Amino acid sequence: MTDDLERRLAAGTPGAALDLDRLRAAITHRAAEEGLIDVAYGAYDSPIGALTVMVSDRGLVRVSYPGDGIAAQLEELADRVSPRILEAAALTDQVRRQLDEYFDGTRRSFDVKIDWRLVRGFAREVLAVTSAIPFGSVSTYGEVAARAGSPRAYRAAGNALGSNPIPIVVPCHRVLHAGGGLGGYSGGLDRKRYLLNLEEAS
Amino acid sequence: MHLPPFETLINAHAAELHRFLVGCVGPTEAEDCLQETFMSALRAYPRLHDADHLRAWLYTIAQRKATDVIRRMARRPTRVLDGVEPVARSAPEPIDDGLWQQVRALPAKQRAAVTHRFVLDLAYAEIGSRMGISEEAARQNVSAGLRRLRREVTS
Repeated sequence: MTDDLERRLAAGTPGAALDLDRLRAAITHRAAEEGLIDVAYGAYDSPIGALTVMVSDRGLVRVSYPGDGIAAQLEELADRVSPRILEAAALTDQVRRQLDEYFDGTRRSFDVKIDWRLVRGFAREVLAVTSAIPFGSVSTYGEVAARAGSPRAYRAAGNALGSNPIPIVVPCHRVLHAGGGLGGYSGGLDRKRYLLNLEEAS
Repeated sequence: MHLPPFETLINAHAAELHRFLVGCVGPTEAEDCLQETFMSALRAYPRLHDADHLRAWLYTIAQRKATDVIRRMARRPTRVLDGVEPVARSAPEPIDDGLWQQVRALPAKQRAAVTHRFVLDLAYAEIGSRMGISEEAARQNVSAGLRRLRREVTS
C-alpha cells in the first residue's frame, strides 16, 4: 500500500545532475598521482584513421586501428596485464608525440619502451626482428622467419606479423612477399601502402 | 577470473551510484562521495576475488563512504561559536522539503535501503543483493525506515 510518505519519497528525489566528464577527469588525475593506472589509453587522430594508443606501466602495449574492436582489446588487456585500465590520454603523450613526428616525416625510428606481454613465443622473435628493419627499407616473410631462427616458418611469421599488437611502431608494414607483392596487413592494404609511400618519400 | 577494465565500471555505474548517493548524503556531497567510492574501488580492484558481484561491491563501498560523510556532517558545528559565523558549506538544496534530510538521519542500513527503494525504484531482492543482505532483511530495513520517518514527519 502506498501512502503519502512513500509518494513523497518517490517523487521528491533530490535532483542533481552528475558531471561525468568532471568525475572521470578527477578520478584519472588522482589515480595517476597514486600510481593506480596500470593501463592508460587515448585516442590518436592519424592520417590513416583514428588510432587508439594503449600504454602500460612497462611501455607501449598496443596500437589499435579503427574497427579493431577496442572494447574486446581492453578486456584482453584486463586479463593479461591488469584490470586497472583508465582512459587517460595524457599518459600516452610520449607515443602520440612520436607518432606526430613519424607522420610528419621527421622521425625515422621510435624511441619508446615496448611492453611485449601480448606477444608470446616465436611471434615475439618475429616482431623483435621486424623492429630492426630500418625506416624506408623492406624485408620478406621468409627473411624475417630466417632471422627469427626458423627459415621454413614463413607462414608462422606471417601470422605473427598479422597479429602484431603494435603496428606502425613495430613496423610490420615493412615486410612484403618475396615476389614483390604487398602481402597482408591487419589494418588493411591501403594503410600498408600509405606507410610504405610515406617512408619512401621522406 | 575475469575483471572488466575499470573504465567500464565507471561508465556503467556512475550515474546510478550518483543518484543513490544524492539520496544518501544530498547533492552537495554526492559527487565527492562518488569520487571517493571509485578511488577506493580502484585501489582494491586487482585484489578482488569475486567478479560476479561488482555492482553490489560498488554499492557497499558507496554506502560506507556515505556513512563517513554523514558522521562528518554530524560533527560539524552548526551553531555560532564565539560570534564567528560558520561558513555556509552547502547551497540550499533544490527539491528538498526536509524529508530527505530525515532520510539522511536514518541508521545506515535503513537509509541505504530506503534510497535504493525510492530513488532507484528497485525490488527488494535486488536491494538485498546490492546490500549483501537477504530479500527479507531488505524489506525489513525499508519498512523500519518508513516507520521511523512517519514518526518524525508527524511529530
